[in-house]
Amino acid sequence: MSNSATPVLEARNITKLFPGVVANEDIHLTLQKGEILALLGENGAGKSTLMHIIFGLYRPTRGEIWVNGAPVVMKNPRTALQLGIGMVHQHFQLVPVMSVTDNVMLGDERVKGGFLDRDAVAARIRELSQKYGLEVDPDALIEDLPLGVRQRVEILKALYRNAQILILDEPTAVLTPQEAEGLFAVMETLRRQGESIIFITHKLKEVLRIADRIMVLRGGRVVGHADPQTTTQQQLAAMMVGREVLLTVDKGPADPGEPVLELDGLRVASDLGTPALRGVSLQVRAGEILGVAGVQGNGQTELVEAITGLRRVEGGRVVMNGTDMTNASPRRITHEGRSSHVPEDRHAYGMVDVYSIADNLVLNQYYRAPFASGITIQTEPIAEHARALVDTFDVRTPDIAMHAGGLSGGNQQKMVVAREFSRPIRLLIAAQPTRGIDVGSIEFIHQQIVAKRDEGVAVLLVSAELDEIMALSDRIAVIYKGEIIGIVNRADATREGLGLLMAGVRPGSHE
Amino acid sequence: MMQRTLRITSYVAILLVLLFVLMTLLVNLTPLGENRWLRIFFSVSALNFTLRASVPLILGALCGILCERTGIVNIGIEGMMLAGAFAAFVAKTSTNDWPLTASLIFGVLVALLVGGLMGLLHATFAIRYRMDQIISGTVLIILAGGISAYLFDRDAVAQGKFGAIAIPGLSQIPVLGEVLFTNPPLTYLALLLVVVIHVGLFSTRWGLRSRACGEHPRAADTVGINVNRLRYMNTVLGGMLAGLAGGFLVLEAVGQFQEGMTAGRGFIALAAMIFGNWMPFGAMSAALLFGYTQALQNELLLAGVTSVPRQFVSMIPYLVTIIAVCGFVGRVRPPAAEGQVYEQESGSE
Amino acid sequence: MNRSALRRTGQLLLVPILAVCSALLVGAAIMWLFGDNPVAAYYGLWEGAFGSPRAWSTTIRKMTPLMLTGLSVAIAFKAGLFNIGASGQFIMGTVCSVAVGVNFAGLPSVVHLPLALLAGVAGGLFWGAIPGLLKVFTGAHEVIVTIMLNYIASLFAAWTVYAGGTQGQTPGPLWDSTAGAISRTPEVFVSARLPWIVAEPYRVHWGVVIALLVALLSWWIIFKTTLGFSLRTVGTNAKAARYAGMHVHGITILTMMVAGGLAGLAGAIETLGLNHRFAPEFTGGVGFDGITVALLGQTHPLGVILSAFLLGALDAGSARMQFSSGVSVDIIQVIQALVLAFVAAPMIIRQLYRIRKPSDQAESTLFSSRWGRS
Repeated sequence: MSNSATPVLEARNITKLFPGVVANEDIHLTLQKGEILALLGENGAGKSTLMHIIFGLYRPTRGEIWVNGAPVVMKNPRTALQLGIGMVHQHFQLVPVMSVTDNVMLGDERVKGGFLDRDAVAARIRELSQKYGLEVDPDALIEDLPLGVRQRVEILKALYRNAQILILDEPTAVLTPQEAEGLFAVMETLRRQGESIIFITHKLKEVLRIADRIMVLRGGRVVGHADPQTTTQQQLAAMMVGREVLLTVDKGPADPGEPVLELDGLRVASDLGTPALRGVSLQVRAGEILGVAGVQGNGQTELVEAITGLRRVEGGRVVMNGTDMTNASPRRITHEGRSSHVPEDRHAYGMVDVYSIADNLVLNQYYRAPFASGITIQTEPIAEHARALVDTFDVRTPDIAMHAGGLSGGNQQKMVVAREFSRPIRLLIAAQPTRGIDVGSIEFIHQQIVAKRDEGVAVLLVSAELDEIMALSDRIAVIYKGEIIGIVNRADATREGLGLLMAGVRPGSHE
Repeated sequence: MMQRTLRITSYVAILLVLLFVLMTLLVNLTPLGENRWLRIFFSVSALNFTLRASVPLILGALCGILCERTGIVNIGIEGMMLAGAFAAFVAKTSTNDWPLTASLIFGVLVALLVGGLMGLLHATFAIRYRMDQIISGTVLIILAGGISAYLFDRDAVAQGKFGAIAIPGLSQIPVLGEVLFTNPPLTYLALLLVVVIHVGLFSTRWGLRSRACGEHPRAADTVGINVNRLRYMNTVLGGMLAGLAGGFLVLEAVGQFQEGMTAGRGFIALAAMIFGNWMPFGAMSAALLFGYTQALQNELLLAGVTSVPRQFVSMIPYLVTIIAVCGFVGRVRPPAAEGQVYEQESGSE
Repeated sequence: MNRSALRRTGQLLLVPILAVCSALLVGAAIMWLFGDNPVAAYYGLWEGAFGSPRAWSTTIRKMTPLMLTGLSVAIAFKAGLFNIGASGQFIMGTVCSVAVGVNFAGLPSVVHLPLALLAGVAGGLFWGAIPGLLKVFTGAHEVIVTIMLNYIASLFAAWTVYAGGTQGQTPGPLWDSTAGAISRTPEVFVSARLPWIVAEPYRVHWGVVIALLVALLSWWIIFKTTLGFSLRTVGTNAKAARYAGMHVHGITILTMMVAGGLAGLAGAIETLGLNHRFAPEFTGGVGFDGITVALLGQTHPLGVILSAFLLGALDAGSARMQFSSGVSVDIIQVIQALVLAFVAAPMIIRQLYRIRKPSDQAESTLFSSRWGRS
């Protein structure tokens, strides 16, 4: 790729200010035809903001965008789409109750005699599917499709609009390692056909695997460029975070004791009434971390909810410390089960945004001494408690009376962790404990989890990040379509082996 | 599993409807009609009353569907309807000296206009000022009640109302002709609108985009659809339908205006919308059911049934509404994004 | 009170005060537009509300039920529920208290009065429990259910006092047989009446004291007790409340019962303190007032006291306004709708008066408006 050719896309001196935050500062980006550019950076580095600017979702405070050698004004996504820029968002922008066809044509409908021409669109989808190896049924409803297929629909949506430039925002987050390979194959096909791709990720291995060129963002600025041929993961990590990063978590061997949590043939329904767990059995012993790996949406959420009393168990048993806790109330599970729960969605479950940090820190103990006396709330002990925890768990805030919604994501998560880790517990259930937070907070929380294990707490770790599972777990259970399809010791686990399990391939089966 | 339950429910419903039609024919064409109780339930007058009582509910429910399918919750249908009724009345009384038809059509147009303005107010509150949509609806209700009472000239009299138009040929069919094909114009219009809105929602560009805004506004935004503009538009259109419902009450059903004359119809329409699973035909069926309970109430009073106090008979429509809402809420599926403000990221405003 | 607390209170009061002023201005514009004289109208309004000791007594009398129905709506809001059914609960409270008040002759007042008040509370409580239970067990949205229950309550109340018909229909159980064709109850026994604080012609009864005490009690419960903590958590984030082990369903039902009970108490006080009997036309006037009171008071019990006073004054002055200026009392309802609009959308006020939003306040929607199960 010579750099003399006109770039298909160029962003010049992009700056974006949000109230109180510089999200992008003087960023320069070029993309050549038929090239895969990786945009690397940790959460909050400004990758998404930059892409939203290129896609017309945000207006830059300063700077220009050039497409095919001409400056353009991105008024909204419509402009971007018309200029041949397509984006596959991290959270899929698909309407679940509508068909693939309807979703693909939405906003760019084919109309015949005033009515939607669904047949023509479906034919076009089939054609594109064949051309790029993106198999999908045009008549299927999105909500019935697994995440990997939904991603294909998103890519088809862009191709249907004749996108020349494709932005893929964290596309592998919902894929097994093998599915990710499949996606890379598609990306290579697209590159051969002359498409240009911007690939946003924070995963170092993938960048080295597929990118032609790497650009690293940190704190809203470009901190460097790299050539995948000559760069190592360590170097990329250091660029991304700005200091040397431990890619592995420092922990000694586990010394497991007796089982603390036992699940026996657990069956649970999803929100739609379909089976979400089909007979899950596993044990978590004191002093070990059991990781649950799997592609998002295979029953992880329901598993955690069933254990913590937030979802009705329809069959099987949940036993904690030898006591049957099946369908016990969340409060009983917390106190009698001596358990803690770091929920996967901290905004929905883990905290009350409008409450103060102090109140959030007693969310599940507010009615007990010393936080309450009789039925009256005791403000001073609550504040004292908060001051101590904010200090121990490094929650950075000017004031414990500040409303928790105003904290950064990492500090919010540390607040939740502070609340859940500060009780005397025997069981810790951590669901996606580091989702969407900065590397510093991730390291801190990882250390805290390992420290809990070393205290003899049984830890059930559920995470969509295979790297996190591999780094922390002593044993790894893989969940697929509501079943535990295999449990392996960490020492015996490989990414490839886990990937096959995550895709539903049982060991020894010949498929 | 849910779909199977739905399918069974619809079989049962079809069966019941057939049974009902059969009974109606028997009662009205055979000596079975001598029975007082059967007449209460199946006479032509009961069915005519059902349709008449259903029209405002159908229009109100269509208003709800238009708003909620694009993501705007509308409990203000009652207020929009009342405003439409009052507007129609004022328009009619101030044009009493015009030819009747012209004056009536003018009344309809004014009702549409004022209903649309109420829709615009609701949309502005909800979208521009991010008011909670249920409270915004409440404001509309109080406002319409207040303004119509404040401006109501109690001496004014509207002269004349829409009369029935028999559709040649079809109106000759026994029973059916009398019930379905001998109606005043707004009744036909309401039934026609059910079809139009159904087709519009599910087979046109506008419908696809509207539904996308109600289910997943961000998805719509990312493909270049102006979510808030569509929401404004549909809420105004919905308001016009509710205004038309009010116009129907004054210009076709009653002929005059009374304070608070909508008497909860807007709320029952809302229940019909939920009961009908946000589908035009579903809502129409529910509206007919509610209309039928009102007809029963009326027939019971006319027939002089005194064993049940009339106040209890009058409760029937409200009770049926509660039962319907209780029994069906778990099974229907509202538009996923309704009631939520959408912060459009692309700066179109 | 230190300075920053003072400033916070000031900020809290700013929007409601400006909302009321703006509503009065827009109301004036409407009057002027339709040929009424707003100056004369507001002068009459002021005279009728504050112009004389009698005007003051009317204002106090009018604010009493508004305070309680406002609290009813406000407490429900705090738990994320929209109680649009205060008027139905009010009516049920009225009917139940009258039923006790016109029976049990000879009971001493210390027994009869509390019993009648409690009956009113129970009636409202029962009427509020229905939507609470239906919401929890069937998912029916409380807005539709409470609205339907309002109509049902009016019809039920009308039946209890029904004078019977010309066709020999049975009269209602509470009908005053001495009233001929008029549908109403007899007067409640003196032993069941709330005593006057200031007797005729001012007619201020102890109800206002009860209402004030109830408001203070509500404030204490909501902000100082564990129950209040969980109620507020359920209202702001029901999922987090469930996660934290709170009984979301129980609190939903309990809150609706309390809300109903408060509105029922309003009905009982209005009857036992003032009207001394029930007739169908007495049920008018409550309507959606409680919603305006609650929101104008920022759903804070102490704010509700102030906003009830204000709306009570509007109500009290309206008769004088119509008498002296010829402007129909119905304009008051328009002004109330405007007040509600302006407080519910503080953005309008902020834009009009160019006030910046206090940065430390998270402006959250009160509840999520959806019909389905949450």
